[in-house]
Amino acid sequence: MNLIETKGVHHAYETPMGPLPVLAGLDLAIPESSFCAVVGPSGCGKSTLTRLIAGLLIPDEGEVWLDGAQVKSPRKTVGMAFQNPVLLEWRTILENVILPLEIVAPGMPRKQRVDRAMELLDMVGLTGFENKRPSELSGGMRQRASLCRSIVHKPRVLIMDEPFGALDAFTREDLWQTMRDLRAAEPFTGVLITHDLRESVFLGDQVVVLSDRPARTQHVLDVTLPADRTLDILYTPEAGEMLHELRDQIRIAQNRNEAA
Amino acid sequence: MNTLKKVGVPIVSIVIFLLFWEGLVWINDWPKYKMAAPSDLPDAFWKFRWLFLEMGWQTLWRTVIGLVLAVLVGGALGMIMGLSQIFRGALYPLLVGFNAIPKATLVPVIALIFIGQHDFNTVLMAVMISFFPIAVSVSIGLSTLEPEYRDILRALGASRFTIFRKIALPKTLPEFFGALKVSVTLAFIGTNLVEIVSPHGRGLGALFKSGEINGNYPLMFAVLIALAILGIVLYYLVVIFEKIFAGWAERPQT
Repeated sequence: MNLIETKGVHHAYETPMGPLPVLAGLDLAIPESSFCAVVGPSGCGKSTLTRLIAGLLIPDEGEVWLDGAQVKSPRKTVGMAFQNPVLLEWRTILENVILPLEIVAPGMPRKQRVDRAMELLDMVGLTGFENKRPSELSGGMRQRASLCRSIVHKPRVLIMDEPFGALDAFTREDLWQTMRDLRAAEPFTGVLITHDLRESVFLGDQVVVLSDRPARTQHVLDVTLPADRTLDILYTPEAGEMLHELRDQIRIAQNRNEAA
Repeated sequence: MNTLKKVGVPIVSIVIFLLFWEGLVWINDWPKYKMAAPSDLPDAFWKFRWLFLEMGWQTLWRTVIGLVLAVLVGGALGMIMGLSQIFRGALYPLLVGFNAIPKATLVPVIALIFIGQHDFNTVLMAVMISFFPIAVSVSIGLSTLEPEYRDILRALGASRFTIFRKIALPKTLPEFFGALKVSVTLAFIGTNLVEIVSPHGRGLGALFKSGEINGNYPLMFAVLIALAILGIVLYYLVVIFEKIFAGWAERPQT
């Protein structure tokens, strides 16, 4: 069963020069507990897609379905992570991770909240940093904490908008592995917006390529790699083939026909 | 060593300043009706000690009440302007215009409107002169909140009020305290303006005025020093509050 579905989604933003269409015929079908990576040219409307699934935005046309219900407003079963970790500087790492629980489960006892947060912080390797302020942590560590916060309330859906985009290459690979481990331990369905084709193949069960703006679903690639992936798998012929296919699709999306 | 540095350096700098002042008066051989030297001040303080206590208290309480009201008024205006673009467009030019009016020109105006209400007039002036930085900083702090900050809670279905309380308000505190430090000094200017200008005034400003009328320069300078001391005390009180409520904004020393 598909946990997330978008059907013929059209959306435009109002600008002084008239409406600017960003999405034109976007179809997604994401099965429960799977991980969907979305790639596409810059500015093609990927972030708009995250806001639509999160219910922060209602599409002009078409439908967004989440968990058997049409999305009309934000819901507590969603977690979000952005490129900017947006940690609250006045809170410790632990208090930052707990934040969603204060909204979603106001009655939950303090100890239970702390235990849950500490469990996640342990999973991403931040044990011992729970009482630090965000400003005392490196960029990669801040993003780890941000990931913990986005899933602390056990959301059904985790929506990530280029969460690793601002990190250096090696830190990014570390985070991919962290993400893979979190996936194994936590029951969420993932939507990952990214610019990084290797990231999309390493983390995704399917990779959706969007066309240039206004974006429609141009291509869907099913990632046929085993679930227990290591970074080495990216250097196998199968992965190479998939990356090549994606590269071609991106080129088509960018309307560039010249050979690479 | 560190605490010695922390306490010692400011004390040494104050002593050097007083010596420089004393030396300047001594070298120029200025008489007392032209310029008072620091060595003249203890006598002035002692001679008028009861007046200093009474007038100092008058100035202090009216300034503090004025500041508290400025925080309420400025904070409220800042919130309105920070959260609503329409109100920002409507209020900003009015506030900038009001702030541009030299407040000394308003003293006779409010003195005429509220005849004889010396306490009220003094507090009112302190508020009028000191609310502006608070309003501006709070509104800028709120209006420049990155949308992601709002989205992390909005995506969970949090109400506008919850987002305001948990994110917007604490995030604005460093800007607020920065403005409050400016406002402390401004509020003193406000109270003293009224105290000096209104006839039969009270407070340190009035004491300064009577020093001027009697040609008592040591008294006038003693009043200035007393005002400086009150200003320093209030300023550091704000610093303490800032450390408690917005200490997180200080970067860790590396």
